[in-house]
Amino acid sequence: MDQSSDAIVRIRGLTFRRGERYIFNDVSFDIPRGQITAVMGPSGTGKTTLLRLIGGQIRPDAGTIEVDGANIPDLNRRELFDIRERMGMLFQSGALFSDLSVFENVAFPLRVHTRLPEDMIRDLVQIKLQSVGLRGAVKLMPSELSGGMARRVALARAIALDPDIMMYDEPFTGQDPIAMGVLVKLIKSLNRALGHSSIVVSHDIQETLSIADYIYLIADAEVVAHGTPHDLLAEESPKVKQFMQGLPDGPVPFHYPADDYLSSLLDPEVRR
Amino acid sequence: MIDQVQRLGHETLSVLASLGRSGIFLLQSLWAWPNLRTGFPLLMKQLHSVGVLSLVIIVVSGLFIGMVLSLQGYTILVDYGSEQAVGQMVALSLVRELSPVVTALLFAGRAGSALTAEIGLMKATEQLSSMEMIGVDPLRRIVSPRFWAGFYSLPLLSMIFSVVGVWGGVLVGVEWLGIYEGSFWANMQAAVDFREDVVNGVIKAIAFGFVVTWIAVFQGYDCVPTSEGISKATTKTVVYASLAILGLDFLLTALMFGDF
Amino acid sequence: MRIRTLEIGVGAFILAGCLALAFLIINVSGLRASAGADTFTVYARFENVGGLTVRSKVSMSGVVIGQVTDIRIDPDYLQALVEMKIDKRVDYLTTDSSAAILTAGLLGEKYIGITPGADLETLSDGDTISDTQSALVLEELIGKFLFNKVNE
Repeated sequence: MDQSSDAIVRIRGLTFRRGERYIFNDVSFDIPRGQITAVMGPSGTGKTTLLRLIGGQIRPDAGTIEVDGANIPDLNRRELFDIRERMGMLFQSGALFSDLSVFENVAFPLRVHTRLPEDMIRDLVQIKLQSVGLRGAVKLMPSELSGGMARRVALARAIALDPDIMMYDEPFTGQDPIAMGVLVKLIKSLNRALGHSSIVVSHDIQETLSIADYIYLIADAEVVAHGTPHDLLAEESPKVKQFMQGLPDGPVPFHYPADDYLSSLLDPEVRR
Repeated sequence: MIDQVQRLGHETLSVLASLGRSGIFLLQSLWAWPNLRTGFPLLMKQLHSVGVLSLVIIVVSGLFIGMVLSLQGYTILVDYGSEQAVGQMVALSLVRELSPVVTALLFAGRAGSALTAEIGLMKATEQLSSMEMIGVDPLRRIVSPRFWAGFYSLPLLSMIFSVVGVWGGVLVGVEWLGIYEGSFWANMQAAVDFREDVVNGVIKAIAFGFVVTWIAVFQGYDCVPTSEGISKATTKTVVYASLAILGLDFLLTALMFGDF
Repeated sequence: MRIRTLEIGVGAFILAGCLALAFLIINVSGLRASAGADTFTVYARFENVGGLTVRSKVSMSGVVIGQVTDIRIDPDYLQALVEMKIDKRVDYLTTDSSAAILTAGLLGEKYIGITPGADLETLSDGDTISDTQSALVLEELIGKFLFNKVNE
């Protein structure tokens, strides 16, 4: 935890359960300021949950999540909405408002949080859309966009208020190689150009490795490894190796836990 | 046996929990009254999709129900030679009962289910979440305008239903069956009291509007964000809203017209 | 332009609703002088009110001038005490007016008919009409008829 002196998000002893199952069990780590931090792990390990915890949409069972010194679970509704103005989040599905045009979608945060005159909003929207390369799509409705374009419009909307923290929820899933390449480039260039801190949640190894400055690997409700991309590739622990190289079987088993195969085939009671 | 007792307990608890959630949800949405500058255009838009677009079905149903009432009433009353009372029968049954109830039932099916599906889909596509993350309360932005639109629309629709129904009654009774127009209207006006009948009917419609939109927006907001969850929530809206309308109607009728 | 049609639609919708309410008030209910501020209260005692109910009409020469607002037993006289509210504008009912419970048609509803007398003083708020005629009860009528026949 060498960068803990300059962390924008500081997580200590985070515990979150869904029913009986632990999603996070006493997890602690830091997100350094101004860099791209990736949180990786197999599906279902609560990576999206982590972003929702940081955004304050759900509350942890225990532990603290400090964003710039403010502990998210302690904030009231008003304070939470204030701090969210400084966070941008790109959702997995893009989550564009389907009843508003591309222009109105990007203008939405500006209209809500500022009292800028209309021509200034128009300029800002143009700038944001230009930076994701979709200035030409300004008049379209979300239903007329492809998946990749929708995600880029959502990205333009997320950066509309120049947030301090950008959170990306699975930005690469379900994208064709070109759209994926565009997003990789965008995340990287926006991070450098706007100087915010980025948190990328993903299980796409190649793309994530190519942009992340620092990586946390989460599995079984714990941080199993962390380090620079280079460190992680050199890691020898079998869990890390299995994930980084995408091996079908290993410490994370191929089979969902079940009783003995042969006896269950012979047992007529089991088909329920 | 124990399993069934447990299931009963589980169901009861989950019903109670959902009642509690809907109560909190109602208070929060009422509290989240939108401010005038941003809220008014949103309310207009919802009034259009909830109210104006329901007009066709309301007008058509009102017309036919008025015509049927008139026809049925005539065939019965003509035996007693008191077919002039058709006007009073049509007007009273419409204003007191049928307009609020039938309008609310149609409204639950037409606008309520649409509200649920729309909000549910917004939840499923993370639009509500992303709105929260932008720092906008979805209760204020999404739920509140829809709630108030439904609340205002239903009484208006119900009154339009009454008028169209009465007109349908006149069409059949006076124009086709030849009841003397003067006594038709005179009997109606003698029997229908403004305070007791018209106002009470409007009060019913307001109560139904409140309950139906509350159920509709809550089911949408509370649904499981999958396609199956949305379809379940939409069904629940129509079923719960219809039951609530009929139950509430009995209660209100007893309070208004019952002698206790 | 789309916003404009939307707003026109909503405006027309609200207007239609208000017009409907106006129609209901004027044409359907024919808004009559019902219990309100512009009335005064008059009482009358009856031996028997028959089928008279609260909200029944009070009329004079066939014109509705008020309505019955309460019916109870007066414990002092052991008679039915009927409270009615009468339009303030009808200020010419004399103190010797008589009130009768009448029936509209053969099987119709009961209502109170008031016939003014010749006195100079008029009824005011809280006064009681003393000259009353109870509802016609069919059984009593038949009973009387038979009794008279026997006496003959």
